[in-house]
Amino acid sequence: MARSIKKGPYIETKLLRKVDKMNAGDGKKGVIKTWSRRSTITPDFVGHTFAVHNGNKFIPVYITEYMVGHKLGEFSPTRNFKAHSGNKR
Amino acid sequence: MARIAGIDLPKNKRGEIGLTYVYGIGKSTAQKILDRTGIDRNKKVEEWSDDEQSAIRTIITSEMQVEGALRSETKNNIKRLMDIVSYRGLRHRKGLPVRGQSTKTNARTRKGKKKTVAGKKKVTK
Repeated sequence: MARSIKKGPYIETKLLRKVDKMNAGDGKKGVIKTWSRRSTITPDFVGHTFAVHNGNKFIPVYITEYMVGHKLGEFSPTRNFKAHSGNKR
Repeated sequence: MARIAGIDLPKNKRGEIGLTYVYGIGKSTAQKILDRTGIDRNKKVEEWSDDEQSAIRTIITSEMQVEGALRSETKNNIKRLMDIVSYRGLRHRKGLPVRGQSTKTNARTRKGKKKTVAGKKKVTK
């Protein structure tokens, strides 16, 4: 079920503070390391690069405007599918 | 012969069923359209007058997306998911269920017909 609109999108407060700080300061350089896969991507995030934890390592995710409204975790897959030998793709 | 949104409707069916032959119109949408135009739901498609047909047509063209426009919108939505490399996009690419269903067994609608793996022996006593 979708989240209630009344509450607004969920973003980890700490993460939001970091993004605001970078937007206010010297622009969008540098990577923001985060474990907060559950945070929703807002328009403020566009242009930043996040290193999103997938349980093992950090996957760099560059945020474009099409990603707004999704969660950070959607771009950092947690499972690794090993194909059988001889299988293409 | 009633022609709506580029589709020939079957003429010997009831109106609420006939309208569902248009992609994007199901039974409940068809009923809504007919109720708003004041046409009896049970009236056959071939019995619609020209006025009634054009009333239906104006509702569909002014307020709804059907056929090609709707198909391309759906396609674009899926393409967007694939382009941003989201999890749902990856599932679409691999042809696996998108909404978190189990794939250990079943999931045959998305995976297609069973592909038998050679050399996999049956367990025998």
